[in-house]
Amino acid sequence: MRSFTYERAATPADAARAVASHPNAKFIAGGTNLLDLMKLEIETPAHLIDVGQLGLDRIEKAGDGIRIGTLVSNTALSAHERVREDYPVLTRAIQAGASGQLRNKATTGGNLLQRTRCIYFYDTNMPCNKRAPGSGCAAIGGISRQLGVIGTSDACIATYPGDMAVAMRVLDAAVETIRPDGTMRSIPIADFHRLWGDTPHIETVLEPGELITHVYLPKPLGGKQFYAKVRDRRSYAFALVSVAAVIQPDGTGWVAFGGVAPKPWRVPEADAMLPHGAKAVVDRAFADARPTEDNAFKIPLARRTLAGVLADAKA
Amino acid sequence: MKFEEPAGQNLFDRAKIVGKSTPRIDGPLKVSGRAPYAYERHDVAPNQAYGWIVGSAIAKGRITAMNLADARRAPGVLGIVAATEHKPVGTSRFNHAPLFGGTEIAHYHQAIAVVVAETFEQARAAAGLIRTEYADGEGSFDLAKVAPGAPLASEKLPDYNRLGDFQAAFASAPVTVDQRYTTPDEAHAMMEPFATIAAWEGDALTIWTSNQMVAWSKRALASILGMPADKIRVDSPYVGGGFGGKLFIRADAVMAALAAKAVNRPVKLAMQRPLMFNNSTHRPATIQRVRLGAGRDGRITAIAHENWSGNITGEDGENATLQTPKLYTGANRLLENRTAQLDLPEGNAMRAPGEAPGHMALEVAMDELAEALGMDPVELRIVNDAKGNLPGEPEMKISDRNLERCLRTGAERFGWSARKAAPAQMREGRKLVGLGVAAGYRAAPTQKSAARVSLGADGTIAVETDMTDIGTGSYTIIAQTAAEAMGVPLNRVRVDLGDSLSPVSAGSGGQWGAASSTAGVYAACVNLRRMIGEKLGFDGDAATFANGHATLGEQSHALSDAGALSATGEMEFGAFQKEYDIGTYAAHFAEVAVDAYTGETSIRRMLSVCDAGRIINPLSARSQVIGAMVMAAGATLTEDLHVDKRFGYFANHDLASYEVPVHADIPSQECIFLDTLDPMISPLKAKGVGELGICGPGAAIANAVYNATGIRMRDYPLTLDKYLDRLPAIA
Ligand SMILES: Cc1cc2nc3c(=O)[nH]c(=O)nc-3n(C[C@H](O)[C@H](O)[C@H](O)COP(=O)(O)OP(=O)(O)OC[C@H]3O[C@@H](n4cnc5c(N)ncnc54)[C@H](O)[C@@H]3O)c2cc1C
Ligand code: SF4
Repeated sequence: MRSFTYERAATPADAARAVASHPNAKFIAGGTNLLDLMKLEIETPAHLIDVGQLGLDRIEKAGDGIRIGTLVSNTALSAHERVREDYPVLTRAIQAGASGQLRNKATTGGNLLQRTRCIYFYDTNMPCNKRAPGSGCAAIGGISRQLGVIGTSDACIATYPGDMAVAMRVLDAAVETIRPDGTMRSIPIADFHRLWGDTPHIETVLEPGELITHVYLPKPLGGKQFYAKVRDRRSYAFALVSVAAVIQPDGTGWVAFGGVAPKPWRVPEADAMLPHGAKAVVDRAFADARPTEDNAFKIPLARRTLAGVLADAKA
Repeated sequence: MKFEEPAGQNLFDRAKIVGKSTPRIDGPLKVSGRAPYAYERHDVAPNQAYGWIVGSAIAKGRITAMNLADARRAPGVLGIVAATEHKPVGTSRFNHAPLFGGTEIAHYHQAIAVVVAETFEQARAAAGLIRTEYADGEGSFDLAKVAPGAPLASEKLPDYNRLGDFQAAFASAPVTVDQRYTTPDEAHAMMEPFATIAAWEGDALTIWTSNQMVAWSKRALASILGMPADKIRVDSPYVGGGFGGKLFIRADAVMAALAAKAVNRPVKLAMQRPLMFNNSTHRPATIQRVRLGAGRDGRITAIAHENWSGNITGEDGENATLQTPKLYTGANRLLENRTAQLDLPEGNAMRAPGEAPGHMALEVAMDELAEALGMDPVELRIVNDAKGNLPGEPEMKISDRNLERCLRTGAERFGWSARKAAPAQMREGRKLVGLGVAAGYRAAPTQKSAARVSLGADGTIAVETDMTDIGTGSYTIIAQTAAEAMGVPLNRVRVDLGDSLSPVSAGSGGQWGAASSTAGVYAACVNLRRMIGEKLGFDGDAATFANGHATLGEQSHALSDAGALSATGEMEFGAFQKEYDIGTYAAHFAEVAVDAYTGETSIRRMLSVCDAGRIINPLSARSQVIGAMVMAAGATLTEDLHVDKRFGYFANHDLASYEVPVHADIPSQECIFLDTLDPMISPLKAKGVGELGICGPGAAIANAVYNATGIRMRDYPLTLDKYLDRLPAIA
């Protein structure tokens, strides 16, 4: 870990300005991802702006939906009464992730921005375009069982590894931000994470210094809500494949997949296939898949996982 | 004292403390943070500086340059010991790979430098400033590729490898199985990393460390550093898990010693977790071929087990055939064990070396044979259970073996009769449910072991020995033994372990620790009893020691009457033991549920029934066995060091990507001990269990998965990607 300086921001606008005005600064929230990466010198910020005291730690009713402050912990969000009742897919997704201790510390914004778990990204001796742009990608031709099957590129085949965002994708959440110039915007979650392309080190559409303030969830969808996370052990592991789904009594619904792509993977045309069953949905959603030999199983696994969800929805 | 004939009736047959479930005497210290582990021993040496180990970025080749200037100038840095500036350290007979080998790189993350600074953070930050250049070498990293050319490993054990004419018997057997199995490289993944504080006083070195074998390690460190062993003290009172990974001196001790010398201050360091998988030793991967030929009555007539593994030296691989001649008789036998040269990190002992992966093949093959015969797998094992003598060269007598009782007891307790013989018959909603069984064998070796037992003026007893407690419960069984032999309550006994200044014990390894160390303590107690007798004028051997008193006929003395006394004693194990096969036996059962949609396997229940002679402390023995069952579950379902064959290293080198089981994986475990005694092992008639528990449960799980799904998998770990396409079709 490199040494760094640290300050605590007083307001969201100050925080955004502070990051923009330092050459190599980052926000720190729960620190559960950033500090690990700093210890390994995968991230080497010279200055940290702690956003922990910004008061953005409430869940409020907003129109037909709710607004979640960026500092709401994963634990608090998943346990919140309105979330449990109106957005149970979100509760289930969050509780399928990490561990109780981590969820106590992990924040909503930090979780959206957690970085990939590719094992080569984590080893600074290895080439990795995401960690060291232009150095190559060790995972291509290497060990890629855990990595992406769709939306990947010749530069990077990693996944966005998180769970919470997969549920948020199915709920059509929006990420609300403030920029260093004080302007605010709302980014549909569909557009928030980028596909890797030639620049896998740029992972979201956030601009330098842009601070997440809230996540907005629109009107509840009703239906039966599922989060099925398949992994090698029963907890404390990232998804091989996960399925977030909201299924209406008539068999229509919405579905997003985790553990397969640089972002929560949802294809609206595939949603429309839900009444035709899992195969139809997955065939459409993964039509452009480019798996490796090691991770090709993720596509049939996605199909089987969704089939299980649909069977449970009928039960 | 020499154990020269089978134990007769003795005080342990009337025991009040030995054999009773006893909470760990070190438990209160551990749960209140007062049992300091190596890295936490802040008070043993003043002014400790912090070390940080730098590992090689390549697997094979050499260092061409190291730029240390920036690191040396970094804040707080006291010194750097670097491969380019230091001659390679020596070797010991226990290590295969260089621990600090100069500029030649033999494996990934080999230690190439240690940075010492005033603080941990400064040492770590400075280490990041070292720039190393390498010339890449060619290495051999692919076991499957080199296995066919691997030579037979030399065997140091009695020759059980050939019996009768296997080829002919196999060819004529009416029912046969011939299958290949593979097990991956596995990591010990113990919770406490390697850690050492080193301090020099003149030419004398002390290391406070975490090590299973204090006396071995003292000698090894002397040979590695090229100094006399009597100038070295090793102290390892608490060990946060070892599983064989801490049998030896590793880079933490070597680098701490070199660093302490270089900066002329005590240095403490712990190996950072990402280095723990490649800098250390591991259990080598195996390829195994098992052939079984049987008559229609289930009796095995031909049994062959061939094994291929690799190691950095081309020797001492993972011999997975060890249990095969011990578990099942069979008139015709062929065993072959081959080791290939590989440039991966060093392979070495991990909990039940050889046997753990060996059972994962043999005991699945037995399940396959049972199916081919249309015979119950429990019955098949009973039919082939070795009884009386163990055929081989030389033929051996069996000391005490109750495998059949293990199997029958387990079958009854587990509800084995509910199992459907045909696979894929039990379905509960989405879940395919299955039951599996496996037998287990692990040798019960002994090693000579000594202790010093002292009587305090107040009548308390103190035991000192260099025996280690690696979480196994040694403190407690040693206290129980001394309390029993000296006739005092448990809370009147103090135990000090792990210091090389104390008498040399067996140490913790190979499942020999419990049997050997307690025998050594007993030997010292016998000597102390004699001394007490001499002091007070009676025959200590004939007296009864109970309730803090020694009594003989009319005479009775409080122990404190003797004043302070101290006796050492050593138990040596006589040659008569060699005439016997002294083993431990188990029957393992598992129930699994496999999700018919996703293929996720959940273990529902596990049971192990163990036959290991007297169980000195059923409470801690149980925790050994269930811990081993967890480890077996990991080996079967998730654990897999992924070899990146291009770069030559274990790529998943942290605890996020090397997946050991979590609590949610292990809902219910039972362990039953048979009330057996083995008079051939020691006066306590007690054998070890720590490794027995990992010999077989994995195969029971694999067999249960087959019983649930009808899909036979022979390549571990049994992850769902390997069988997804063979699960029931879905809509
Ligand atoms: C062992 C382990 C297991 C885990 N398992 C799972 C799992 O199964 N599923 C899962 O989904 N997650 C898992 N996680 C990830 C965990 O959920 C994330 O580490 C956590 O959510 C990050 O939140 P944080 O507040 O600690 O973020 P931090 O570490 O503080 O920050 C993460 C990033 O977000 C940036 N950031 C933080 N807040 C803001 C903001 N308001 N605006 C702009 N940028 C911001 C930081 O600069 C940093 O780059 C696991 C983590 C660990 C360590
Ligand atoms: S997949 Fe992406 S994160 Fe992984 S090594 Fe390649 S570039 Fe790096």
